[in-house]
Amino acid sequence: MSEKPLLDIEDLTVTFPTRQGDFQAVRGVSFTLGRERLGIVGESGSGKSMTGRAILRLIRPPGRVEAGKLALGGTDLLKLSEREMQKIRGQRISMVMQDPKFSLNPVMRIGDQIMEIYRFHTGAGKRAAYEKAIEMLEAVSIRDPERVMRAYPHEMSGGMGQRIMIAMMMVTEPDILIADEPTSALDVSVQTQVLSIMDRLVRERGMGLIFISHDLNLVASFCDRVLIMYAGKIVEVCDADRLHEARHPYTRGLLGSLPRLDEPRRHLEVLKRDPAWLDAPSVSGRQ
Amino acid sequence: MSRLAFRDLCVWFGEGEGRVDAVKHATFEVPSGASFGLVGESGSGKSTILRALMGLAPNWSGEMVVGERRLGAKRDRAFYKEVQMVFQDPYASLHPRHSVDQVLSEVLKLHGFSDIDRRVNALLADVGLGPGYRFRYPHQLSGGQRQRVAIARALAPEPSVLLLDEPTSALDVSVQAEVLNLLTDLREEHGLTYLMVSHDLAVIAHMCEATAVMQNGEIVEMLSVEDMRAMRAGHPYTRHLLESASGYNPNAEQMA
Repeated sequence: MSEKPLLDIEDLTVTFPTRQGDFQAVRGVSFTLGRERLGIVGESGSGKSMTGRAILRLIRPPGRVEAGKLALGGTDLLKLSEREMQKIRGQRISMVMQDPKFSLNPVMRIGDQIMEIYRFHTGAGKRAAYEKAIEMLEAVSIRDPERVMRAYPHEMSGGMGQRIMIAMMMVTEPDILIADEPTSALDVSVQTQVLSIMDRLVRERGMGLIFISHDLNLVASFCDRVLIMYAGKIVEVCDADRLHEARHPYTRGLLGSLPRLDEPRRHLEVLKRDPAWLDAPSVSGRQ
Repeated sequence: MSRLAFRDLCVWFGEGEGRVDAVKHATFEVPSGASFGLVGESGSGKSTILRALMGLAPNWSGEMVVGERRLGAKRDRAFYKEVQMVFQDPYASLHPRHSVDQVLSEVLKLHGFSDIDRRVNALLADVGLGPGYRFRYPHQLSGGQRQRVAIARALAPEPSVLLLDEPTSALDVSVQAEVLNLLTDLREEHGLTYLMVSHDLAVIAHMCEATAVMQNGEIVEMLSVEDMRAMRAGHPYTRHLLESASGYNPNAEQMA
């Protein structure tokens, strides 16, 4: 990719002090994000969510985020004050979390929540914010946006809630969307809808998308490029459509442990973890 | 001979205007030694069928038969000796302040076994945990190990039927593979009959010979494992499920 990347990360670490000494949840991860759909896959505890949070500097003390480089365009995110970071979050980089039930404010009308974000970041008036919010709800295929604007989160289903979250995160037209397991809490029929909405928004608006997931099949079919994380490091980087040709034994093991409709077998492969993977250096996902 | 039979089963919650029909006229049979799946989305009623069988959903009509016995309103001890259940979330289904030993010996005592010490060790060996795990507490176990303990607890009364309610959906895929392999082996060794609920068709196709597909409380289709593998489905919802089992398909949206 000749174009300058949206996000450039070099040697990112996330450290939490514990009684047994420092624990590194992310250990020297490097990658770039262009106008693409970048998948990060791994099992629980692999550091994939921490990587997403570290980009937004959402790791609370005593946790520490360190990096050789954490640049959004020309801005060094690590040098910004907390106040300046507030302007980045939501406006330049947005994040959609796994479960809408825990991300929306339960005692505030949905419309007010979307308008608040828009007005905070753009300083727009109420009327303009209202129109923008309606437009965004329509963009995520919500049929009756006026009613949804007046509703409270508990009146919405999971799929509606997640679409509302996406609308809310997109209202400021960010450059980058970080989606952390955005469809894991949803049923398959709704999952496809939510994915196609994100897909369309990324294509139409030329955003960069970081798609964090544990679902290899989903990432292989949805993303352009995939980073596979294990124990806080990137063990392999590959094109999403070639994920099934991955070479690292960990990736191969994960793929082998999935039950497949087209390949019946009596026993599933069991992943054997090699301690050497822990010490191998992180593979760079920079382009 | 069928081990489990459901005829015209209806389950509902609430009364009058607040009544919700969770399961509507479900009819199916599970032969002895078979493994039968129930798939569908959340709210489709698949777990409710298991709960009704276990006596955890009081409002139901129709017929449920285990072996030769027609079930009434109450379940007796003999029923729970024959039918046991494994729940979805091993983090929630084990008592946090009971050690593995306490969990297993309690069940053994309840069912009137006397050689408890020997049986606890045998159960642990059955699920692939060494005797070293016997005096651990749930927080000292990983998710997969906890689910193994939950399976050991279900096996304790020596049941012939296991109800599996999304037994691996809270686990990572590599751990899921271990637990599914364990369930495959246990079924063979103990001649168990499985009734398994999952939202993942690939898991169902791997574990079961046949499945019922549920939507809005109704069984919309019955599939054999061959149908699943050949992606043969009559109902549009089933087709959509089969397609999503292999990942995201941008053209699938119109189907939903």
